[in-house]
Amino acid sequence: MLVKRSPDLTYKDVTPKGAYANRRNFLLGLLATTCAVAGWKKFSYLVSGPGTGSVPVKLNGVVKWPYSTTEKETSFNDVTHYNNYYEFGTDKGEPAENAKNFVTMPWSVSVEGEVKKPRKFSMDEILKLAPLEERIYRHRCVEGWSIVVPWIGYSFSTLVKLVEPTSKAQFVAFESFYEPKQMPLGVSAGIELPYVEGLRLDEAMNPLTLLCVGMYGATLPNQDGAPVRMIIPWKYGFKSAKSLVKIRFVQNQPPTTWNIANAHEYGFYSNVNPNVDHPRWSQAKERRIGEFLRRPTLMFNGYGDQVASLYNGMDLKKYY
Amino acid sequence: MNSLLTSKWTKVVVFLFCLVPLEMLVLRAVRGNLTANPIEFITHTTGDWTLRFLVITLAITPLRSILRLPQLIRFRRMFGLFAFFYACLHFSTWIGLDKFFDWTEMWKDVQKRRFITVGFTGFVLMIPLAITSTAGWIRRLGGKRWQMLHRAIYFSAIAGVIHYYWLVKSDVRKPLQYAAMVGMLLAWRLGSWIYGRGRRVAAGSAPGGEITTAETA
Repeated sequence: MLVKRSPDLTYKDVTPKGAYANRRNFLLGLLATTCAVAGWKKFSYLVSGPGTGSVPVKLNGVVKWPYSTTEKETSFNDVTHYNNYYEFGTDKGEPAENAKNFVTMPWSVSVEGEVKKPRKFSMDEILKLAPLEERIYRHRCVEGWSIVVPWIGYSFSTLVKLVEPTSKAQFVAFESFYEPKQMPLGVSAGIELPYVEGLRLDEAMNPLTLLCVGMYGATLPNQDGAPVRMIIPWKYGFKSAKSLVKIRFVQNQPPTTWNIANAHEYGFYSNVNPNVDHPRWSQAKERRIGEFLRRPTLMFNGYGDQVASLYNGMDLKKYY
Repeated sequence: MNSLLTSKWTKVVVFLFCLVPLEMLVLRAVRGNLTANPIEFITHTTGDWTLRFLVITLAITPLRSILRLPQLIRFRRMFGLFAFFYACLHFSTWIGLDKFFDWTEMWKDVQKRRFITVGFTGFVLMIPLAITSTAGWIRRLGGKRWQMLHRAIYFSAIAGVIHYYWLVKSDVRKPLQYAAMVGMLLAWRLGSWIYGRGRRVAAGSAPGGEITTAETA
């Protein structure tokens, strides 16, 4: 087949003077269009808000823990759209959106270190180690806000007893899942990843320390630390590591992420304490999500009766 | 382009556009869609827009020169006043919503928390600029003195960026973006000042030399 081609450039192809003289206007127009498009995207995001996140699965046979707080639970929507999960973005609305496709199946947690019976637990096994309890805890973030959440899980001590720590085990180190491919925003989080946390063994053995697999009657949403996380209700929220993959029993105090990032501001203990301010803000009060006025923060987040004895004789200003 | 820039309607349209961030907040408030922590969201949004308008205001002079569009000056006061407007909203959110008029606690914060100290300073520096932004005040002060006074905006912008940088926990990307923008805009001024001085010296040393363009900072 013969392809017909126009011979050459002719005078009618010459850019009209008006058009090329308008290059600056064109560039300005381009700039304006880019801004408008970017602005519109931002606008629609701002109006409609972030997406809804993953759909949790209902958990059956959950028994009510008798010591739950009777305070009003924070709405599920708030607890799933106001998250600090830096692997999925540092903005509080980002994890709900970015954790949507986080793969949590299959999942296993490796328990190792100074234990007689190191082993790997599959998620199925973790769900069946003990009867699941619904525990409504207060949860206080170091940033000065708090929520009340019906977590589901059982005392972490159940798992500890199964692996039988040796006499050398003094601390427990937790490690969260980190895979840059699934968590591309992790590199710009400003903290070292994978996320690591730690507790003293006696803190870990306290019955309040919860191995958490769900909330609000169902499995954990991805942005809240699916499929299994820690909950230590008398400490600031960042102590409760999410999406656990490794639990290690160790002899010495393990490094912890926020302490590495800024030792001056985030201590190893990080117990909720209204009398010890964060260097940049007061910890005396907190804003309960859903309430307008700040309320006073309670010592040990109100769990002093259960945990104060762990810190007898310790200077809590020094061990913040 | 010129007629577009000098039309009074453009000013009206730009004015309405500058109000969009506030409209967004009101719209979201009406819909009950101010995130789980509305006060924090309002504080961050108004703070963000204060910094953005400071950057836009500081960008006018370089853009006038680079794009050869001196008419852009028509918008500078408006942008500057919008920076002040959002700063006022930011500040009153802190007073009325965040601290709920707890003056003793606020005063403690201003003294004790350096990010609040520096933010407060940046805000206070903007007040005389907003007051003397009228034509009457330019006349009363005289162009030179007025210009000197209004260079305080450089310090407000720097204070705003530091305020933001000291506030964040670990992800400093956004404060650094603002720092880069403010830094570039101030560096341009420094550059054009040095360049302009060089030319003035050269022009002065050669008798009869002409100064072709008046440099403005």
